[in-house]
Amino acid sequence: MKQVHFITELFDKYDGRSLQAYLNVGGFASLQKTIEIGSEAVLTEIDASGLQGRGGAAYPTGKKLRQAQAEKAARKFVVCNADEGEPGTFKDRELLKCNIYQVIEGMVIAGICTQSQEGIIYVREEYTNMHDEIRNAIAECYSHNYLGKNILGSPYNFDLKLFSGAGSYVCGEGFAMCESMEGKSGRPRSKPPYVKQEGFLNLPTLVINTETLSTIVSIIKHGADSFRRYGTEESPGTKLISISGKVNRPGVYEIPFGLTIREIINDLAGGIRNGKKGHFVQIGGASGGILPEWLWDTPYTYEDLAKAGLSVGSGAIVVADEDNSLLDYLKVVQDFFSHESCGKCTPCREGNRQLRFIFERITDGTVTVADYDRLEIVLDVMGKASLCGSGKTEVVPFRTAQRYFPELFLTKESLEAKKAVV
Amino acid sequence: MKPELEQLAESICAKYDYDAVNLLPILQEIQSHSARNYICEEMARIIAQKLDITESRVYDVITYFSALSSEPRGEIIIQICNSTTCNVNNNRDLIHWFEEELGINVGETTPDNKFTLIFTHCFGACDVSPAVRIDHDVYGMLTREKVKELIAAKRGVVV
Ligand SMILES: Cc1cc2nc3c(=O)[nH]c(=O)nc-3n(C[C@H](O)[C@H](O)[C@H](O)COP(=O)(O)O)c2cc1C
Ligand code: SF4
Ligand code: FES
Repeated sequence: MKQVHFITELFDKYDGRSLQAYLNVGGFASLQKTIEIGSEAVLTEIDASGLQGRGGAAYPTGKKLRQAQAEKAARKFVVCNADEGEPGTFKDRELLKCNIYQVIEGMVIAGICTQSQEGIIYVREEYTNMHDEIRNAIAECYSHNYLGKNILGSPYNFDLKLFSGAGSYVCGEGFAMCESMEGKSGRPRSKPPYVKQEGFLNLPTLVINTETLSTIVSIIKHGADSFRRYGTEESPGTKLISISGKVNRPGVYEIPFGLTIREIINDLAGGIRNGKKGHFVQIGGASGGILPEWLWDTPYTYEDLAKAGLSVGSGAIVVADEDNSLLDYLKVVQDFFSHESCGKCTPCREGNRQLRFIFERITDGTVTVADYDRLEIVLDVMGKASLCGSGKTEVVPFRTAQRYFPELFLTKESLEAKKAVV
Repeated sequence: MKPELEQLAESICAKYDYDAVNLLPILQEIQSHSARNYICEEMARIIAQKLDITESRVYDVITYFSALSSEPRGEIIIQICNSTTCNVNNNRDLIHWFEEELGINVGETTPDNKFTLIFTHCFGACDVSPAVRIDHDVYGMLTREKVKELIAAKRGVVV
């Protein structure tokens, strides 16, 4: 059982554009069911499924929905996070393109379960060529009462619109997203209060990933047990991965948790191109960890990746072969964060400046012992003291590279030994 | 004050109820009307007045987001991805081909103001990497020949 079709069940069964076609293949059955059985039964099912948020933080979705439900306010929001900013990730793009109605269905269900009546799909600017299709799908749903007042004759109301990002990685973070929707530059706020308490317009806001929403719909349709047929005890179910880089068949695949990285590369993505040898993968986006080829038999699960110092993150897997230099790769990662750092907090803003200097000196051979000492301090402070997840997780690729390729960053001792010889 | 700027700002701000919460979509829409893909100082001032916010807030937003610009750019914007996958897939050739075809370096605009060539971060086309984005359209798996054809087509020349 390599590739499966639980969330992607309808991908090639309809054109992804017409509401009627979606209904013909059983679309909106989960919404009907939600209206019939009520939110408590739905939340119990989601709890039982063990679904964890697919946006990167892996927070239990059932728990998150219950917390959102507990917030009391006259207006509450549900925001679908379709900002998909992690380099190497394009699975939400496929969900929007091939099955936008399931995302909308998930939004309405999330609205009902949390007693929120307003929804926003926050789509990255980079996906502008899909915005019209999404707006059309929303309009179709309004005209057939899958959105709007008294949905399908029920007491539930739900409004939905698209909001376009404007090219900022950090806006994938909940507070930064709220700020940008309020007409400000997208910089994260300090916590607490949390987004769920005082998010968009300082009102309770549930920010939830596109894949998480799609998965909820499939779980309600087929039951938590069918979801749990896949995966492991700690990583139940299936996951969309985006695999790219030096493989023969890059793309989006739905896999049961537990396949090994090597199986994903060889059996799904068609192996490394041109018969080259594998070198490393980066898992989970630019903020994800580096895993060397000799550890590719690691199973793709939350628990096994954690043991290796990595996480599932955005579901991205970027594959590099023997021709790719890890140092060059890390410079690209560092450049990404230097550019995207919003500059609000000192550890990330200044830390990135220092990292850039150190990398420049590693590259041109002028690196000193003091630079390596500084690298340690900078990574330590960034990981511990950054305001948002961007600065905090940026250290992961560097830490894992140090762990698995220690020769890349010459240690103090070896540098001194080298000096003594000269 | 240029009357056509005033008129454009008025119609778009009115559509968004003169509410500063909508500053981002307002700026995106305003910029989409600019042949040079930017928001000029006078326009920024007009918008600030209409929404009753400071000019510095308008500039904070324009300069923060990479899709917005306070400086004039080319009529067509070519963005070459410089993120992880595209780097692994050797985007150096692609960069070189575009520079050669346009006669400019990355970061520059052609003298006729037709094209701006810039680096960008991953726009989710890693499955066809190395990828470029020309305005809103994505192109991947390019060859030297295809780059030539693409630019010619954008110049309005049939090859
Ligand atoms: C800098 C930064 C960028 C993020 N980008 C995204 C993103 O592009 N898409 C996403 O779904 N979550 C992103 N997240 C995570 C969100 O903040 C949030 O945890 C997630 O959308 C919640 O949805 P989930 O519970 O379904 O995972 C980002 C977080 C940070 C700190
Ligand atoms: S960690 Fe970086 S991106 Fe996050 S708030 Fe601080 S400066 Fe901004
Ligand atoms: S890394 Fe270039 S499009 Fe994703």
